[in-house]
Order: sequence, then C-alpha cells, then structure tokens
Amino acid sequence: MTYGAPGTDGTDLAIRARRLEVAYQQHTVWRDASFEVKRGEFVAVIGPNGAGKTTLFRLLLGLQRPVAGSLTVFGQAPRRGNARIGYVPQRHAVDNDTFVAAEALVHLGVCGNRWGPGLMGRSHREAARRALGAVNAIDLGPKSLGALSGGELQRVFLAEALVGDPEMLLLDEPLSNLDLRRTRELVEVIHGLVRARGVTILLVAHDINPLIDCLDKVIYVANGHVASGTPEAVLTSTSLSDLYGVPVEVLHDSRGNIVIVGGEDPHEAAVA
Amino acid sequence: MTFSWNVVTDLRLLWQIGFMRNAFEAGTITAVVAGIMGYLVVLRRSAFATHALGHGGFSGAAGAVLFGVTPVYGLLVATMGGGVGMALLGRRASNRDIEIGTILAFMLGLGLVFLSLYNGYATEAYSILFGEILGISQAGVVLTLEAAAVVLAVLALIHRPLLFSSLDPDVAEAKGLPMMALGLIFMLLLAVAISFAVQIIGVLLIFALMVTPAASAVRLSKRPLFAVAISVVIALLATWVGLFMSWACSVPGSGCNAPYPASFFIVSIAFGTYVVVRLLDWAFGRWTHPSSAEVPNPPGPVREVPDSTADPR
Repeated sequence: MTYGAPGTDGTDLAIRARRLEVAYQQHTVWRDASFEVKRGEFVAVIGPNGAGKTTLFRLLLGLQRPVAGSLTVFGQAPRRGNARIGYVPQRHAVDNDTFVAAEALVHLGVCGNRWGPGLMGRSHREAARRALGAVNAIDLGPKSLGALSGGELQRVFLAEALVGDPEMLLLDEPLSNLDLRRTRELVEVIHGLVRARGVTILLVAHDINPLIDCLDKVIYVANGHVASGTPEAVLTSTSLSDLYGVPVEVLHDSRGNIVIVGGEDPHEAAVA
Repeated sequence: MTFSWNVVTDLRLLWQIGFMRNAFEAGTITAVVAGIMGYLVVLRRSAFATHALGHGGFSGAAGAVLFGVTPVYGLLVATMGGGVGMALLGRRASNRDIEIGTILAFMLGLGLVFLSLYNGYATEAYSILFGEILGISQAGVVLTLEAAAVVLAVLALIHRPLLFSSLDPDVAEAKGLPMMALGLIFMLLLAVAISFAVQIIGVLLIFALMVTPAASAVRLSKRPLFAVAISVVIALLATWVGLFMSWACSVPGSGCNAPYPASFFIVSIAFGTYVVVRLLDWAFGRWTHPSSAEVPNPPGPVREVPDSTADPR
C-alpha cells in the first residue's frame, strides 16, 4: 500500500487510515494499520473476540484517540457527535420491562441531542417514520422495545441510526443472536441501504458467510494487525497466515461457505 | 368542624384551615415534580439510588435539627452530596448498587449520631421518617414552589438529551452528549425533588411518590410524554385523596375519628394503583396473547452455527 500525499483524500474516500496504532489501557490493540474505505462500500470487519474491532469504531466515532498514525473520516479528523455517522453499538438484549415505544427511540435518534424546551415536532416524527419505513419496520413503531425480538430490535436500532440521514453506518455485531432466516433478512435490509442510498457501511460480524455475496471489502483484525481488501484477496490461506503469523487454512464448502481453521481458539474456528 | 358526605362542602371547609391549604399546595407542587422525575428514575433504573438518596437525606435532616437549622436545608445538602457521589461513580446504574449501598449505610450512620446527640423530642425524627405534610408553613410552600420551578426549568432545557442518554447511553455518547454532566444534573435534580418530597411523605416512604406512580404509568403508555403525564396524575391523585382522607378521618362525623397520617393514605393509593395496573396488564396480556409462552428476548447469547444444508442464498 502506498502512502498518499497530504490532500489526496479524494471525495470518494470515506475512511483513510495510515499506519494507525491504538492502545487500550497501555496495551497495544493493533498497530501499523493502513486501509481505505470508499464511499458507498459495504465493508465487513471480521476477527476474533477482543481483537479490536469495536476499538476501530470508537476511533471513527472520536470516542478514542489513536496512539500513532493518521485517520480521516470523509477527509476530516474523527470527532464525537459527527452527524455524518450513524452508530449501532453492540447491545445485549433490551430488558423486557422497557415500556418505551420503538418510534420514541427513533425520534430521539433525530432530536435526542437537541437542547431547549421544544418537543418532538412533526418533521421529526415524519423523519422517524421514514427511517422505520426504510428498514421495513413501520409496524414496529408503536410496539414497546421490551416486546421486540432480536431481529426486530436490530431493525429499530438501524432506523435510529439512519434517521439523521448519515453517510456512514457503523454496525457492531447486528447479526449476533439472530437465527439464519433473520440474519438473511437483516443483511438484505442493510445491503438495500447501501444500494439505494449509497451509505457506506462498516459491519462487525463474527460470521462472514451471510454477508459474503454483498461485501465490497473485508477488514480483518487479528493478532495485533489489520488486513484489508476484497474478500477474495483477504480470505485466503496465505493472507490470513501472514496476518496471524501461524499457518491458517481457509476452506470453502460446496455452497461457497468459508471456514477458517487454525487462526483462532478452537471454539471460534468453526464459525470464523 | 365536622365531616359531611358532601365532598364540596368538605373541601370548602378544609380550604379555610391554613395548614391544610399549605399541605395541599406543597403536596400538589411536589407531586408534579415527583411524577416527572419518577419517569426518568424508572427509565434510568435509578430506583435504588432514589431510595438511598431519600434515606441519606435523613442524616442531613437530623444534622440540621441538631444544629438548629430548618431540616429541608440539611436534606438538600445531604441528598445533593450523595447524588454527586453516586453520579461520579459512573453511568452504569446496574453496576452501582454496592457503591450506593455503601454510601447509604454511611449516611444512615451519620444520621444516627446526629439523632443521638440531639436531646430533643423523637417527633422530629419521626416526621422526617414518615413525613409531616400538615406541618408545612406558608414559607415552606414558597420554598417548595421555587425549588420546583428550578427543577422544571432545567428539565425543560435538557429533557431530550436526558431522555436519550437514559434510554440509549452508548449512542447518546457517540452523538456527542456530555454523559457525565447529564448524569450529574439528573442526580442533582433528583436530590432536590427528593428533599421536598421527604417533607410530604418521609424518607421511608419516598418510593410511593418518586417511583410507584411512574412504575404504573410506563405500563399504561409507551409514549414518554403520555407516560410522564399519567405519572403526574397518579402522584397528584394519591396526594390529594390521601390528604383529604387523612383530614376526613380526623374530624368528627366521618365515623373513624382517628389521626390517620396522610402518608399512609398516599402510599396506599399509589400502591393500589400499581396493583390494579399490574392486574390489568396481566389480564390484557392473557387476552391479546392467550398462549404467550415465548419469551421476547431469550436470555444469554445464542449463536447460530452456519448450516451447510440451508438453501443457497
């Protein structure tokens, strides 16, 4: 990868990282990461637990600062409260006794950071409806958050992130805890957003297989390093062996599913 | 003065008694603030913090009595101090019960010392523990009104960020909201609301005004604004009816003629409302989902291993 001269961040670049290094409580999480994401790309962020996938999101959101290297989001330094980014954090189930309508949460996605005495206006309500519509969740609006299933919740969270018309979505493990059918439905909704709105999407996932058909790029975080490129380039035995520093085998089954063997602890191997 | 079964006559009669008028005015103001703050308490799951702040307020009030200061100032100092301490412990309320309990125990210990050093009457302690709504002066009403105005004004300015940070802290933080400051302001507002509610209902019964009405309200409306309004209405009804019944019981002609404290009726009405709402909720749930055996959010992580026999995408 070559180093771009300053100022060459073209308008087509959503993210540019150069020799990025991050640490968490004095420990280096990963270092020397250089990658780019173009506008409108659908990117999966893959890697074992604790490899620093969420850390990458925290950097992009301006919640954490890199130790070294440079990072730009749409040509600018990351900053907290960037309205161009929508964020769906990794959430463990909402409590069953959260008696708040889903549409109220989506409302807050558009006006939750506004101060002053105003109430939720008509324009916000319409924006919330549009966002729910964009993820096929109009019917979920009046339901209370605690009564929604995992897949329904993820669609509501997606609407909450989408309501401010962001240019980039950071989705942290939206597919975990979903069964195969719901996973496929949600991937379709997300992929639809990429195609219809040109939103740049980074999605942290444990399992690459449900996504592989719609991905433009993979960012693979493991062993303190980051590799990126097309799925065909990154998800190979050679490339992952280099990344992990130990022999790793990438296997394909007859249906195109990928299994990565050797890179992770045995419990993770089957679903990597 | 006698009780009649004509409520209008009773109310007119009651309004002529200075301390009853004060009690209604202070009770009304407090119920409005408590009903609103209660919604946020339920949403943020800060019920234990509310309980602990009320109890911590006891030490402040006891200290104030010892040093000859108006109890409400002691209450304010203690609850605000405790509130700041709890806010600084962090924003994850669910992990804080041990810290809150530790602060609570220490503050109650202080209260015990103040009370032991004070050689006056035990009635002072009694009224802090169970409230003394009939003892509120005209000046007390004015002070309550001023405090309520401050709380409501601040709430009006920060209600959307406060709601957002309560409901979805991670996204709110990413959106640039000052989480620590919001948590701190919330605890300070709560401290003020509790200090004045203690005068009405007492530290031991603070839940009845600060939590129970909102706990009923969230089950009656999923829309935050409606739920807040319902919470206020329940708190108001409990206070009004409680006060009226307490008065009615104390005057001849009602048949009981005994000094039932208003706090007892307020707590009972709030509790009764909650029980009815839970029963309705249960009955309605049975009616709409007759065979609702499934849990909406299965506990624990469930990971799906890719099924190679599934249909190709």
